[in-house]
Amino acid sequence: MRAPAAQSAAAAAAVTIGADTPPPPAATRPLVRMAHVSKRFGNGVLALRDLDLDIGRHEFVSLLGPSGCGKSTALRLIAGLTSPSSGAIDWPERATLAPATDIGFVFQEPTLMPWASVFDNVNLPLKLQRRAPAAGGGTAMEVDAALAMVGLTGFERAYPRELSGGMKMRVSIARALVTRPRLLLMDEPFAALDEITRVKLNNDLLELWHSQSWTVVFVTHSVYESVYLSNRIVVMAARPGRIVAEHVVDAPYPRDEEFRTSPRYNEHCRIVSRSLALAMEGM
Amino acid sequence: MNGHHRAVRAEQAERLDGAEANPADPAERRQRWLRIALPIAIGVVTLLAWDLVVRVNQIPHYILPGPLRVAEAMVNGWDTLWPALMVTVQITFMALAVAVIGGVGLALLFAQSKWIEISFFPYAVVLQVTPIIAIAPLILIYVDNTHIALLICAWIVAFFPILSNTTLGLNSADHNLLDLFKLYGASRWQVLRYLRIPSALPYFLGGLRIAGGLSLIGAVVAEFTAGTAGKGSGLAYRILETGYRLNIPLMFAALALITLTGVLIFILFTALSHLLLHKWHESAIKRES
Repeated sequence: MRAPAAQSAAAAAAVTIGADTPPPPAATRPLVRMAHVSKRFGNGVLALRDLDLDIGRHEFVSLLGPSGCGKSTALRLIAGLTSPSSGAIDWPERATLAPATDIGFVFQEPTLMPWASVFDNVNLPLKLQRRAPAAGGGTAMEVDAALAMVGLTGFERAYPRELSGGMKMRVSIARALVTRPRLLLMDEPFAALDEITRVKLNNDLLELWHSQSWTVVFVTHSVYESVYLSNRIVVMAARPGRIVAEHVVDAPYPRDEEFRTSPRYNEHCRIVSRSLALAMEGM
Repeated sequence: MNGHHRAVRAEQAERLDGAEANPADPAERRQRWLRIALPIAIGVVTLLAWDLVVRVNQIPHYILPGPLRVAEAMVNGWDTLWPALMVTVQITFMALAVAVIGGVGLALLFAQSKWIEISFFPYAVVLQVTPIIAIAPLILIYVDNTHIALLICAWIVAFFPILSNTTLGLNSADHNLLDLFKLYGASRWQVLRYLRIPSALPYFLGGLRIAGGLSLIGAVVAEFTAGTAGKGSGLAYRILETGYRLNIPLMFAALALITLTGVLIFILFTALSHLLLHKWHESAIKRES
């Protein structure tokens, strides 16, 4: 289904990634495969046109582009929250996974239930999936583990309004992690946060991704954020939404402040910025 | 992630610093005191002015009794006022209860299907905009039991704010949260139970506060109508009766009791609203200016 050129690009990605990274994206079976996917909204707007995108296991892929380029729509399509007008979204290993338990979704807003405590918010996915109260203390342990991952142990009883913006976002991430998903979809999760909090959360997210065996698809409009986090950046253009370039960030993990100020980082940013500028010109 | 943990603590500490008001602050204490003292002062001044006007102009008590005379009438007439008050309060609360059951039930039904809502909502509006004073006599003719007739009148007035507010609330659930529920394969019932109903709670309580006052008005209006037909026992009927007998002080006493009942109902539901929402809803959270 895929063009040979794309195949070789994937192979090239596997080669250029540093030795210290998690296992490279499997060349054979991606986690998710989007083939010729188009999405037209009810109002006639073509949000995505002929999108081909493979998400390999353990990849950190950023979808980067101006607003209206369909990056959020692509994320919602992967999550199954909306269905494509044409084309196919495949989970080659679907037989072994239940997509609902395998996807965590983080929105731009924390999207917490204000009437529920931090514990109940994080517990929500477990409650919805069990369809009945769980017997034994299994649920509480899973929630505690998720809260520990984002550094919020001890805040179980707090209500969302008592938390700062950064802490709310941590709760939102904990909620996405509580089902131990293999694929984490993040829709500009840190866009509304201040710079300092964003950098801190970027580092925490990378640390978590590096230590757990996740795949992350991260939607952003920040070149710097995408270069810092991802091992592959997909640059998109708008009207209609489409992929215009792919860029492999071959810097090794773990990445830290040293990387953020290195010439190598700046060079990646320069290249990605240029792709993005070209994408904007075409509008 | 111990380092992060500390950072998070600092984040929260920073937030709490600015958010908590200091109750020992003298300016804060004076404000709280004034908040109670000022309305009371206005009330006392008004009563004194009323008394003064009656005395100076020597207005006869069968036209405008002074406040002391009204108080006296209330004490002397308590034996007739109290049972009448109980009748009115009973009708008010029964009508409100039926309005809550009917309004919330119908709103839940509307939330299940857009088509049910589209089919029935216009008739709920018709019920709401028809003046109760105009249809109360008809209801009293068609329904033999006066008590039930009064109940129906009060219910018609009270149920619409509950229906419309609850319907609005059920439809106001956060769209991203709806997506999240969909992502985790939530059933219709789970979406209703864990998302739509909690989202609707502040709206419902707002409706309840309006409906509480309206059900009292509905009960009083219906009693007036029933009273003119010669069958009645509530406070409104006492007002009519005392009017016929020119016992104006007792009339004022009955009127004061109705007003007091309305105020108490309002306070009751405001307190209920605060109790249920103070932990999370914006309306119940104090802000520093």
